[in-house]
Amino acid sequence: MDVEILARIQFAFTVAFHYIYPPLSIGLGLLMVIMEGMYLRTGQKMYEHMARFWTKIFALTFGIGVATGIVMEFEFGTNWATYSRYVGDVFGSALAAEGIFAFALESGFLGILLFGWNKVSSKVHFIATIGVWLGSMFSAVWIVVANSWQQTPTGFHIVGEGVNARAEITDFWAMVFNPSSVDRLTHVWIGAFLAGAFLVLSVHAYYILKGKHIELSKKAFKIALVVATLASVSQLITGHHSADGVAKNQPAKLAALEGHFDSLSVADAYLFGWVDKENQEVSGVKIPKGLTYLLHQDFETPVKGLNYFPEDERPTAINAIFQFYHIMVAIGIFFIALTLFSSFLWWRGKLFKHRWLLWVFVFSVILPQIANQVGWYAAEMGRQPWVVYGLLRTSDALSEVVTANQVLFSLIMFTVIYTILLALFLYLLTKKIKAGPYAEKDIQHSSMQESMVEVFEKK
Amino acid sequence: METSLHYFLGIDYPTWWFLIVGGLFSGYAILDGFDLGAGAWHLFFKKENSRRIALNAIGPVWDGNEVWLVIGGGALFAGFPIVYASIFSGMYIPFMLFLAFLIFRAVSIEFRSKEPMKWWRQMWDISYNVSSIMLAVLLGVVLGNVLQGMPIGPNFHLQSNWLQFLNPYAIMTGITTLALFMMHGAIYLTMKTEGRLFAKIHLLLRRAIIFFIVSFSLVSLYTLIYIPHLTDRFKELPVLFIVPIIAFLAIANIPRLVNKHQYRQAFIFSSLTVAMLLILVAIELYPVLVLSTIDPQYNITIYNAAASQKSLGIMLLIACIGAPLVLSYTAFVFWTFRGKVKLDETSY
Repeated sequence: MDVEILARIQFAFTVAFHYIYPPLSIGLGLLMVIMEGMYLRTGQKMYEHMARFWTKIFALTFGIGVATGIVMEFEFGTNWATYSRYVGDVFGSALAAEGIFAFALESGFLGILLFGWNKVSSKVHFIATIGVWLGSMFSAVWIVVANSWQQTPTGFHIVGEGVNARAEITDFWAMVFNPSSVDRLTHVWIGAFLAGAFLVLSVHAYYILKGKHIELSKKAFKIALVVATLASVSQLITGHHSADGVAKNQPAKLAALEGHFDSLSVADAYLFGWVDKENQEVSGVKIPKGLTYLLHQDFETPVKGLNYFPEDERPTAINAIFQFYHIMVAIGIFFIALTLFSSFLWWRGKLFKHRWLLWVFVFSVILPQIANQVGWYAAEMGRQPWVVYGLLRTSDALSEVVTANQVLFSLIMFTVIYTILLALFLYLLTKKIKAGPYAEKDIQHSSMQESMVEVFEKK
Repeated sequence: METSLHYFLGIDYPTWWFLIVGGLFSGYAILDGFDLGAGAWHLFFKKENSRRIALNAIGPVWDGNEVWLVIGGGALFAGFPIVYASIFSGMYIPFMLFLAFLIFRAVSIEFRSKEPMKWWRQMWDISYNVSSIMLAVLLGVVLGNVLQGMPIGPNFHLQSNWLQFLNPYAIMTGITTLALFMMHGAIYLTMKTEGRLFAKIHLLLRRAIIFFIVSFSLVSLYTLIYIPHLTDRFKELPVLFIVPIIAFLAIANIPRLVNKHQYRQAFIFSSLTVAMLLILVAIELYPVLVLSTIDPQYNITIYNAAASQKSLGIMLLIACIGAPLVLSYTAFVFWTFRGKVKLDETSY
């Protein structure tokens, strides 16, 4: 295999693995802020137990998120040196802002969030929790800004030619607020809230089904259900805005998302289907003229299809992009139905009456993860063959001095390490969930001093 | 650069970024230096409780310390994209190993306390210890290569195979870095421990000081004899000689303070030592970032590697706003967890 394909596999693999964790951290962070806020408001110990329990799970996701995130930062330089030289002037400031504003905030307060329960007052602890959560939110801001700039570059000019060409920043705010950044950022944030909320829903639904920690679980479930319902509904809006933006700014990507080939014609929208790239056909269930209507609110305006673009400027993996996109949309619609139905039952006072519904929630935990993953696959594969849309091709972005063997070595290394990490993560997560919010270690507040004395006397 | 340089307080932007990146890496070396050093001692502690106390001494702060690496890397990418691209791709294998050890170290700290089994804890203890040692050595190896110069050809491409990075000088700087961090880490642990563990660390600290002074002397000697270009700057501007003098005085002061049991002051002086040695490196290099051993015309300097003046200006503003924030919450966290380690139910 050549360097390009290996480097792409490596980047896709490491970033996809990384992206299991940050959405959980952002989403759980929000729920922890709410839980601790409830504790401060009501003074009920139960909320504190809830917050402490989720903090421990948060620690697990955060730790792996940080470790796998540093890999991403380094990989730009190691595997994509030409890209780094090309975009460094623009991309660098977003990455630097991420480090200094977001990551430092997050990691600074993490120590207090995890180990400060007995060291600082509950108000200071609450502030630390907010700090960590905001840090993770800001982190998403700068990363999504940088990625959106790759999708819809603005606020720069090109200096130099050939191998020495590079983008130089001319307008910082135009770079930050490039045409796609706001839509994509809100979409990513809400996707993260869904990941966190559905993990909380899943675990507490499981406890309720097993008859454990029922009172606490019902409270936590309701908090998470509110978040999940609001997030599911608003995700429809941000998703629609994103799609509108793609139609305007990256028409070739939109054509791939919907499997629309005709160079200029009224376009259908598919609920699901299968793309036959050879014959340029899609078979499946469609809403005739649906895409035209969604984009233009009429049934006449033609939409640019794949054939409109030169062969070497359109994405290749059309069916994959189509499937990834449609899986994401289907999951989003399922979330709206599920959360609205559950909220309705809650309003009627029957939320916890249906065991089957709780089981649905137990297993739904995997869905936001799938949606987040496939959404990014569609976004990134749809941008191909460009790494910076319309400016720099992925095939030109590699490190010239790195050989296929080196990339293969590191790819194997990361595959081994990440497989171990995932296994350990799942094992420890299950263990924490089984131990529950009243794990023995936590309720020994009074005997803590004694055990400390013991520690020191033993020596 | 065709574009004219911009100035702030009479200093041009690339020089400011040289100072910022240098400052960030110094901050990183001082902060992560002590927790890498503490990790390098880990297997010297035999009892479970000693290991837990040593681990929890760095528990609440190591992650914040590592952020300085992330910010430093980001600042390098932002300020000098060409260095970032050339060095990282040119030193592919060392950087990949560095990442692997970074991951193992992070998860060892995180996972160790999650199971009570002896084999489980022993496994993570070894992983933690080995990765801490290797990270310190690799940082030193990269520094050694930068000091020595690298085979950089046209278009800033590094022309070497990865084994060349393991040359004698780089290995010596690697070991010296490890020795420095182990001394620094042991001083940190003396502030955090009491009783028998404290007595043991005090003993180890004395050995660490000797280890550091011997390896540092060897590296200095080697530098003076075989890498004479590093002393050019001092010949041009003899007043700069003050920096190595301060560095030597700071080093000499450490055993004195340790003997007087003034550990906090000793820690300040070992931090000062780390900073002074890096300032020494900065003076020796400036304005070159990476020296080409092929031809000086291929040198990567702060001027030919810098981002645009506009970009540097924007980021200077970001740094001015961000730095006080970072420093204030770093200080707050250290203040919150000041004093001896007390294990509780939230500990590792």
